[in-house]
Amino acid sequence: MKILVVTEQRQGKWNNTSFETLVAAQQIAAATSGTVSAAVIGKGVALFAEELASKNVAEVLRIEHDLLESYTPDGYCVALKQVIEAAKPDLVLFPHTYQVRDFAPELAASLGKGMAGDCVGFRSEGGALVFVRQMFQGKTAADVTFTGAAPWFVSFQSGAFRADLLAAHPGGKAPVNAAKVALNAGDIRTKPLELFKEAKSAVDLTQAPLIVAIGRGIKAPENIAQAEALAKALGAEIAASRPICDEGWLPMERQIGSSGQTVAPKLYLALGISGAIQHVVGMKGSRTIVAVNKDQNAPIFEIADYGIVGDIFEVMPALTEELQRAKG
Amino acid sequence: MNIIVCIKQVPAKDAPLAVAGNWIKESDIGFEMNEPDTYALEEALRLKEKHGGEVIALSLGPERVKQTIKEALAKGADRAIHIADDNFAQLDPLGAAKVLAAAIASQKCDLVLTGLQSDDHGFGQTGVLLAGLLNLPHATLIMQIEVLDGRLKLKRELEAGWFQWMECPLPAVLSIQSGINKVRYATLKGIMAAKKKEIAVVTRESLGVAIEPTQRIERIYVPTKTKKTEFLTGTPKEVAAKLVEKLKFEARVI
Repeated sequence: MKILVVTEQRQGKWNNTSFETLVAAQQIAAATSGTVSAAVIGKGVALFAEELASKNVAEVLRIEHDLLESYTPDGYCVALKQVIEAAKPDLVLFPHTYQVRDFAPELAASLGKGMAGDCVGFRSEGGALVFVRQMFQGKTAADVTFTGAAPWFVSFQSGAFRADLLAAHPGGKAPVNAAKVALNAGDIRTKPLELFKEAKSAVDLTQAPLIVAIGRGIKAPENIAQAEALAKALGAEIAASRPICDEGWLPMERQIGSSGQTVAPKLYLALGISGAIQHVVGMKGSRTIVAVNKDQNAPIFEIADYGIVGDIFEVMPALTEELQRAKG
Repeated sequence: MNIIVCIKQVPAKDAPLAVAGNWIKESDIGFEMNEPDTYALEEALRLKEKHGGEVIALSLGPERVKQTIKEALAKGADRAIHIADDNFAQLDPLGAAKVLAAAIASQKCDLVLTGLQSDDHGFGQTGVLLAGLLNLPHATLIMQIEVLDGRLKLKRELEAGWFQWMECPLPAVLSIQSGINKVRYATLKGIMAAKKKEIAVVTRESLGVAIEPTQRIERIYVPTKTKKTEFLTGTPKEVAAKLVEKLKFEARVI
């Protein structure tokens, strides 16, 4: 099986999920006696290509064009379609990033193919590949197979594979080849303008050793005070899953997850958080995870060290009192 | 500005799910409007209030989705198209997008809006695929829309707190990021008005869309645990005491 990994960089920085996806590719190659190529796309990406060449890949494809300096879905689709038609991979892998969500399904469709996005693993069953992804907000997993001829398109979720398992090139360096692409300014219909960050957030949750996080189970903004009292008794920062910040109950800077901050504190206490994928990717590296949820099947319990099935409005005050007593 | 909003109906958030092959048992559970789509609908209604035109709600699914369509009409959509399909759960993302694209192509519209992703399948591909199939420009994860002369200025969310401004010509397809606005509730007046609004019913066959799936969900199942969770039981007071003990002496994190 011939595997092509399309890596991602933006403004001189790797998206590190690229390396996790390379690990996935190396593991699939090992299971299918396949080969792995890696592609990097942009303008002035020679150094990125060199870094990829030091990994255990058969070839690095450098896809460069003036019109690829800034990401646009049209530019990426037109360029990568040509590269895929020339390289003829069986499997095209992407890191599941916001950028990949924005163009990869259209790229696959332009070749008449489908894409299994946001996968968390794979199995090789008698030569056939089965990809595993989550459904129903992580409450269930699904086995997905492709029908019809290759190439097949798959993206892997951040954290699904361990980047530190990435194998180096056994002979020193893989060949780097420039992939020729034809691109006209008229191909690109959208115009990217400036990148920016909103006002710098006053709180850096990544540095907090203890975090108390609330989800939909908190039900109403007036109930947040109970969680804040618990956080205070614990000496923890308060944080939340996306819906709470969407509602404006806590500021966006308190949001944990794929669109918010990624944290790995000593203790993560999840109150009334179901454990949707988008939240879990932002906190699953926490050393100790405690979950309190009324639904014993909530996916948050999949990753919790300690679980309490119960009403957060009973557990929060009891825990606050117990912590105050323990401090004495 | 005429706007089509794609809206999916999904199992209610607290619905207990029972797996049945590669889908779930639909009897005995409630359904609701896919939450990310509520933000797309709200944005469409706001654009209409500012710039005129009409909002068309478009939904694919079995008879039950009529309830969600009525909710969209009650909130202010002008009319709706229901693509009646009992087997919608077996469609792959590209197949579903082809059916939606055929319905959209039959209308005159300036803008197609979708939510970020569905809370059931969660593919998050519909908007991007529609753009490809309809040969329109697109943008995703949109947090702000400004209508300029014949084009849009958009604020797009990137990862880790970054945003980007961009411009996109019209007509276009946009996938709206959740949290872009505060969604309205339907008023009693809206609910009454909805009763008189048109819901056109079409089918995959009447749209002339043949389905050739590119991928198949073989089965769904409760995921295997990666961690061994120790469940603490007892009264709230007892579990609180047990947890503090565990955190102090076992996990040693406080």
